[in-house]
Amino acid sequence: MSVAGHALDGHSGNHHPEIRHQFDDLTQQHETYTLGMWAFVVQEIMFFSGMIMAYFVFRYKFFEAFVDASNHLNIYMSTFNTVVLLGSSFTMALAVRAAQLGQKDRLVQFMVATLLLGGVFLGVKGYEYNDKYQNNLIPGYNFEWTTSSSFGTYSEGADHVPLSASSGAPINYADFETQVSVFYGFYFILTGFHALHMVVGAGIILVLMWLSWKDHFSPEYYVPIEMFGLYWHFVDIVWIFLFPLFYLIDRYHSLGGH
Amino acid sequence: MTVQTNPIDQMPRIVEGATIPEKHYFNVEYGVLSWLLTKDHKRIAILYLISISIFFFVGGLFAALIRLELLTPRGDLVSSEVYNRAFTAHGAVMIFLFLIPSIPATFGNFLIPIMIGARDLAFPRLNLVSWYIYSLSATLFVTVVVLGGVDTGWTFYAPLSTSFANGYVVLTIIAAFFAGFSSIFTGINFIATIHKMRAPGMTWFRLPLYVWGHYAASLIMIIGTPVVAIALVLVVIERVFRVGIFDPALGGDPVLFEHLFWFYSHPAVYVMILPGMGVVSEIITCFSRKRIFGYKFIAFSSMAIALLGFLVWGHHMYVSGQSIYAGMLFSLITYVVAIPSAIKVFNWTATLYKGRIYMQTPMLYVMAFMGLFVIGGITGVLLASLAADVHLHDTYFVVSHFHYVMVGSATTAYMAALHFWWPKITGRMYSEMWGRISAIMIFVGFNLTFFPQFVVGYLGMPRRYHDYSFAPEWQIWNVMSTMGSSVLAIGFLLPLFYLTYSLFYGKVAGPNPWGAKGLEWEETTSPPSQFNFEKTPIVTQEAYDYKTPARDVSYQTASQKTINTPAVEAGNI
Repeated sequence: MSVAGHALDGHSGNHHPEIRHQFDDLTQQHETYTLGMWAFVVQEIMFFSGMIMAYFVFRYKFFEAFVDASNHLNIYMSTFNTVVLLGSSFTMALAVRAAQLGQKDRLVQFMVATLLLGGVFLGVKGYEYNDKYQNNLIPGYNFEWTTSSSFGTYSEGADHVPLSASSGAPINYADFETQVSVFYGFYFILTGFHALHMVVGAGIILVLMWLSWKDHFSPEYYVPIEMFGLYWHFVDIVWIFLFPLFYLIDRYHSLGGH
Repeated sequence: MTVQTNPIDQMPRIVEGATIPEKHYFNVEYGVLSWLLTKDHKRIAILYLISISIFFFVGGLFAALIRLELLTPRGDLVSSEVYNRAFTAHGAVMIFLFLIPSIPATFGNFLIPIMIGARDLAFPRLNLVSWYIYSLSATLFVTVVVLGGVDTGWTFYAPLSTSFANGYVVLTIIAAFFAGFSSIFTGINFIATIHKMRAPGMTWFRLPLYVWGHYAASLIMIIGTPVVAIALVLVVIERVFRVGIFDPALGGDPVLFEHLFWFYSHPAVYVMILPGMGVVSEIITCFSRKRIFGYKFIAFSSMAIALLGFLVWGHHMYVSGQSIYAGMLFSLITYVVAIPSAIKVFNWTATLYKGRIYMQTPMLYVMAFMGLFVIGGITGVLLASLAADVHLHDTYFVVSHFHYVMVGSATTAYMAALHFWWPKITGRMYSEMWGRISAIMIFVGFNLTFFPQFVVGYLGMPRRYHDYSFAPEWQIWNVMSTMGSSVLAIGFLLPLFYLTYSLFYGKVAGPNPWGAKGLEWEETTSPPSQFNFEKTPIVTQEAYDYKTPARDVSYQTASQKTINTPAVEAGNI
């Protein structure tokens, strides 16, 4: 193996102050950072996948209870929130574009918009959580489920116990409250982790806004903005999975379906 | 008529008069802060090396306690509660604080950038952060042990861990969670580095197989670890907030925990073994003076193991009430994993064939690895079969099997790497005699410890029991095992002394004491300079360009005879 060329001071050829010593040039640095961010997103996907898989298992096991519980969630607020979050993803994409073009003012403005929309989402989410608290729907804390099942009832001595549409086993009415509490457990865990990711994102975007304001970024070096954009879109996409899983599927039961 | 012999590539030698370079990564800065705030991958590797060595011996202490208790059938040394806490601490410390970070975080950290011709890892700061997260995790583990420990086993099975276990379950789980994220960050760093930081000419198929092994392991780290992280978080949520997830009394499903847990924790075994296999590939080709046999097969078998490793977790749950059809599928796929593992062993063996084999300390460890890995692997195939597992599940047969893989293979490979790259890391040579003595003691001690456990496990001794007075005939096997563990312990303690001694009084090794191929040997000093290379190397050849002298000479001799004979005869006439 021969040795040649490529002086090793790390800043050879390209003297941009943002090149870290381990990289040869900005292109290599940009590509490496982006790949690292994608690898991080992969681990985030697996983090949520474990929980979503667990949710699927229980949705199959306790189908009727999950459908009833899901019909109790506030579909109007969540739809509104979905639009808000998609909007914040859109403004974030515009922010990345502004960073690429070196439009500092627009970059900061779009990040402010992203932050505000994220704040609206979290506010609405907080209102929904409070609503569950008021209605005694916090598992392990004040859980009560008094609503009767929309899947028929079971009376002592009846000939037929209704069968579950998913597993074909008789519906276990005695455990209905426990089963609904499992649904709400997953509701709080999954939407809670999602909200936590948004709070972390809000913290990062504040730092990025400050750095942008201090002229830290340029059309040559904007990779932190792009990496944050990836993160924010990922958080958005998690909601795109959570929204149908908790609010939408089998909603027709409450819309007069059956 | 004289036959010209090729100069045989002389092996392992200390170059007389070799010097340590004036400036290297070790003396470029002094002071505690220059270490605690370093972003140099080599210094972070040293930080890891010290930390994991400490926890290796901490875990070993608990192992000693377990072996002492099992010396007699009666549970007379410690109470059952203390015993439960001891084996939990042994498992958790060894797996989360030693085995998972062992080769990747130390030798991977040190060598991957050098092997691919880079100045550092892609994310040096993240690298340091991951060591701090590891240290935080280690501190929490120590806190738990000092406070009184946990008795769930390292597996944290629910609902024992969520509803019944006393002790500091939540704290332990937070520690394991942090250890996991330390590993994830290492994985992200390696993947970005291997993809984007290779020197000019270092194509994928010129990478040392060591790098391939780490790449496969890194994929498992980022895909598998988050799943066990979330499983552990769910345990904490159920335990603290009483939300039903795993405990049937709350509407949960205990088998779900096992699925989530083993989805990572089986592939985690490959996180331990794949880098070790990379180490073996490096050493076996160097100490046979021969190009590795079947480079691409070894590289792709690493990837195959990483992929298939994600599809076999159900073999831990044959008797957990999992569907029999799922069991059959998992059994079949588990058999299939044996194929890429065997491909590696066959290729290593073929590399030895007609090589010029030198039995220095690293090679002794590699030979031990090959034998022990084959035993560990084949008993794994036995356990993968549904019917046999019903009998052997949760017996010492399983304990012995996974110790053959984790200690016999992964830890042996770690020791091989330590002895192979020690001159590169420190610039000095250790005592070859003591190295061989400790390698042989570890091999003998290991087999004496764990082979009897196959027998006693087959006879039915369950794991995690501290009292077997109902079957005193098992004592003989346990006595052998405890004796072996004493030999093993001395074998592991010896390097502590002769390696430390070598730091100060060892012979200066020179840049390439083994006459090995690879950028780390041929293009850097020992120890390497702060940014590894004088100039970025340009790679023009495949890895492992060793001459194969023995074969060349015999071929030449034979061909010259056939060519020369008529001429000689003609001359005679």
